[in-house]
Amino acid sequence: MKEKIMQIVTKYDADRTRLMDILLDIHDMQGYVDDENIEVLAEALGMSEAEVNETISFYHFFTKTPRGKFTVYLNNSITAVLRGRDAVKSAFEVACGTKFGAVSEDGLFGLFDTSCIGMNDQGPAAIINDRIFTNLTVYRVKELIKGLKEGKKLNELVYESNGDGNNADKDMQSMVQNNIRKGMFLLNKDYNKYEILKEDLSKHSPEEIIQIIEDSNLRGRGGAGFPTGLKWRFGRRVDGEHRIIICNADEGEPGTFKDRVMLTEYPDLVFEGMVVAAYATGADIGLLYLRYEYKYMLKFLNRVLDEMREHNLLGNKILGIKDFDFDIRIQLGAGAYVCGEESALIESLEGKRGEPRDKPPFPVERGYLGYPTIVNNVETLASAVKIVKYGAEWYKGFGTKDSLGTKLLSVSGDCRFPGIYEVEWGTSIREVIEMCGADDVQAIQVGGPSGVLIGVKDVDNLGATDLMKWYKPSGMMVAQKIYDRKLSYSDLPTGGSIIIFNNSRDLLREVVMNFMDFFIEESCGSCSTCRNLPFVMKQKLEKILDGHGVRQDIDDLLNWGKIIKVSRCGLGQTAANPILSSILNFRGLYEKDVKAMTDFDNIFDIEKSVDAANKYLGRKTEFHHN
Amino acid sequence: MNDTIKFKIDSQEIVAKKGQTIVEAAKDNGVYIPTLCNFEGVKPKGCCRMCTIKVNNRFMTACTTPAAAGMEVENDSAELNDIRKSIIELLFVTGNHFCPSCEKSGNCELQAFGYRYQMMVPRFPYNFPQKGIDASSPKIIKDQNRCIMCKRCIKTIKDEEGRNYFAFQNRGSELAVVLDKKLGKEMTDELAKLAMENCPVGSIIYKEIGFEKPIGTRKYDKQPIGSEIEV
Ligand SMILES: Cc1cc2nc3c(=O)[nH]c(=O)nc-3n(C[C@H](O)[C@H](O)[C@H](O)COP(=O)(O)O)c2cc1C
Ligand code: SF4
Repeated sequence: MKEKIMQIVTKYDADRTRLMDILLDIHDMQGYVDDENIEVLAEALGMSEAEVNETISFYHFFTKTPRGKFTVYLNNSITAVLRGRDAVKSAFEVACGTKFGAVSEDGLFGLFDTSCIGMNDQGPAAIINDRIFTNLTVYRVKELIKGLKEGKKLNELVYESNGDGNNADKDMQSMVQNNIRKGMFLLNKDYNKYEILKEDLSKHSPEEIIQIIEDSNLRGRGGAGFPTGLKWRFGRRVDGEHRIIICNADEGEPGTFKDRVMLTEYPDLVFEGMVVAAYATGADIGLLYLRYEYKYMLKFLNRVLDEMREHNLLGNKILGIKDFDFDIRIQLGAGAYVCGEESALIESLEGKRGEPRDKPPFPVERGYLGYPTIVNNVETLASAVKIVKYGAEWYKGFGTKDSLGTKLLSVSGDCRFPGIYEVEWGTSIREVIEMCGADDVQAIQVGGPSGVLIGVKDVDNLGATDLMKWYKPSGMMVAQKIYDRKLSYSDLPTGGSIIIFNNSRDLLREVVMNFMDFFIEESCGSCSTCRNLPFVMKQKLEKILDGHGVRQDIDDLLNWGKIIKVSRCGLGQTAANPILSSILNFRGLYEKDVKAMTDFDNIFDIEKSVDAANKYLGRKTEFHHN
Repeated sequence: MNDTIKFKIDSQEIVAKKGQTIVEAAKDNGVYIPTLCNFEGVKPKGCCRMCTIKVNNRFMTACTTPAAAGMEVENDSAELNDIRKSIIELLFVTGNHFCPSCEKSGNCELQAFGYRYQMMVPRFPYNFPQKGIDASSPKIIKDQNRCIMCKRCIKTIKDEEGRNYFAFQNRGSELAVVLDKKLGKEMTDELAKLAMENCPVGSIIYKEIGFEKPIGTRKYDKQPIGSEIEV
C-alpha cells in the first residue's frame, strides 16, 4: 500500500499544495485514507500528521474509515424533504440493513446524508459511487438495492434512459435531466463553437475587451454582484509572475443548479469565457473548481479541454497571438459549501481546509499561491463571451437600469415545472410564479438559505424597521404583498436559487430548521460567531416551536442575528437569515407558538415535571401557584 | 520618505507607520482595541472577532486590516462593546469554563474579558457540551473543554522543519484543535511551556507543575486586561 500511496504522491511532485488531488486519488483507489496512509503522506510531504488530517477531516467526502462498497450520499436539501425524502431514507435503511451515518455489517453499503447536490429539480437524489440517481422513490430504492445485492453494476441499474442533451454523452452517461424551461441568449446555441475566440477576440486589444465588459455593466453572477470589468481591470494592473483565472463551479447554495446545466450543455462557452478573461487580464493559469457532486461531468469536461487544445485555443501562443499562453486545469472539490467563497476556494486549491481568508488583501491582489487571481462564476464568464460577440450596447437592451442582461434562475419546490429559466433582470416574483406553474403559494425563498423568505400573508415591514438596516440579505423568504418586487441587484438580488413553498408546508419546522442545519453543518468554524451562533439560535427556535417561547425570545433572535454579522465571510454573515427573514416576513408564525405572548419565561413547567413521578407513585400533587 | 499616515479612531487622531495594522497603530497611540486570537509576531487571522471595529461604517477586524490614511474607525462604542461582550459570553457557554478549578485562572484572557465587560449571566443558555481531554503527551494536557479555537498554538508551536504540533480537526460546531500524536510525544519542556504560555485560556496545561503562583497574585488579578495599553 505504501508504494501505491507514494506513486500518487510522486505523480503530484510531492507538492503539498496538491493535497486535494492526492487525497482524491487515494479515495478513488480505495475509498478512504487511514492513519497508516496519513503517516506516509505526512512523511512524504513534510507535514505533521495532524496537518494532513486537518484537510481530510474538513471535507465531507473524505473519510478515514471505509464507507462501504457502495456509498450512498442522500441529498438533504429542503425540496428533497418536500418530495418524500424521509420515506426514501427509511427505504435505504431497511434495504441496506444499516442506519444513516454508518456502514452495513457486510461492508456492502454505507449510508450518509449530504447537503444539496444541485439536483433540486429532480429530487430526492443521491450520489452512489459518484453516479447520480434522481427522482428516488421507495420502490426505486428497493429495486436498486436488490439489484446491487444480486451483483449487478450501478450503470445497469439506472432505471431510466440517460438524461437529455449531453447528459447522454458517452463520457457522461448520466440520468440527470437538464430541465431547461426558458432560454434567451445564454441558453441559446446561436453561435458555432469557438467562433467567438477565433473570429472576434483578436479584433480587440485586451484593454478594449475590458472596456467592453465595463461598458456592459456586467456584474458577478455568483451572488455578490461585483462589477466584472472592474475586477478584470484590477487583475490586469497587479504585477505578478503569474496571473490566475478561476472559474467558480462550486455551486453550493441549496437550490441552485444552473451551473450544472451550463457546464453540461455549454461547457465550451464557459471555457471560452475563461480564455477571454485570460486574454483581457494577461493570465497564464486557468483553474476550474468543480464541486465534487458534479464529478460525473469530469471526464466529459476534460475532453472539451483536450479539444480546445487541439484547436490551439489553449496552450502556447493561443490563436498565434504572441505571449498568449494559457491552459486550464479542473480541480475537484470534496464537499464543502464554504469553498464556493472565493478565498476559501483558493485555500482549497492550495491543498488546505477551506477556511476563508481575511480581506484585504483580496484575491485580485494576492490569490492562488500569492498571485493576482480573478475568480468568476460560471454564468459570469459565459455572459462575457456573448457580450464580446454582440457588444455592450446590445447587452444593455436587456434588464433594468441597475441590473443589465439576463439571469439564470434555478426554480424548484412546489411548482409544476421546476428547472432553469433564463429571464431578464427586473422580472417580478409574480412572473416567476406564473412561469413555473405554481399555485397555492405560501412563501418563496429567493437566493437560497442565505437569501430571504417572502410570502403571501405578509406584513410589509421591509425597509421600515431599524433592523432592516442590519439585514442585508444576499437572498431571502418573500409574501404576496411583495410579489411585485423585482429580481435585481437593488431590490431582490440573487444567485438564482428560487424555492417555492405551498400552503401545506410548515415554514418554521420544515424549512427554517432545514436551512439552519445547513449552516451549522457547513460553517468552517473559524469565527467564534459563525461556529456557535447558528446552533444557539436554532436551540432558541426549537424552544419556541416546542411551545416554551416567550415574547422576549423573538427579540433575542433578532438581536443575536445582528451579532453574527461580524463574521468573516458571507456564510456567517447570512447564516441567521432563515430566522431573521422569517421573523420579518412571517412574524405571525412565531407569535402563534409563543406562549400567550407572555414576557415571563416559564420554560420550567413544574406540573409537567412531576407528572412521571405522580404516575409512578399513583398520587396527585397539589399545586399552590395558580 | 513620508512613512507615516494619519487616521482617526473615535475621532482621536492616530499616527501610524505604513504597513501597521489598526490594532498595532492603536496600541502605539495608547488606544486599546480588545484582541483575543491575535498574537504578536505571527500573521493575524480574525478568528475570535473581538477586535471588530467599524471602518467607514463597515465591520472589519482591526487585527487584520492595515491602517490607511484618512480612515474613520469606530472602536469604543456601545454597539461594538456589546458585540464584544456577547462574543465572550458565547465562548463561555459553548465550552466548559470552571474558573475556580482552572490552573490558568488569573492569567486567562477569556476570564479577564469576562471581568472587563462585566459579564454577569450570559445572554445565551449554557450548553455544557461533552468535550474530551487529551493527556497522551508526556508534557502537556490538551483540555478541549476550554479551547476557544484561537489558533495561537497552531501558528506558534512548530518543530525545526516547520511542522505544526497543533492542527484543526473537522469543521463548524465540531471544530477542535488537536495535538499531533507523534510530535506530542517528543515535545521538549521548553516548547510545552511556551504552548501553555501562548494559550490565552487553560486549554494547554504543562504537566506536573501546578499553581506555582497562587491565584490572587496573577496577571489579571491585579490589573484589568487592556490597562497596559490604555492611557
Ligand atoms: C459561503 C459562500 C459561498 C459561495 N458560493 C459560491 C458558488 O458556489 N459559486 C460562485 O460562483 N460564487 C460563490 N460565492 C461567491 C464568491 O465568493 C465570489 O464572489 C464569486 O465567485 C465571484 O464571481 P462573480 O463575480 O462572477 O460572481 C460564495 C460566497 C460565499 C460567501
Ligand atoms: S463566517 Fe463562518 S464560514 Fe465564514 S470564515 Fe467565519 S466561521 Fe468560516
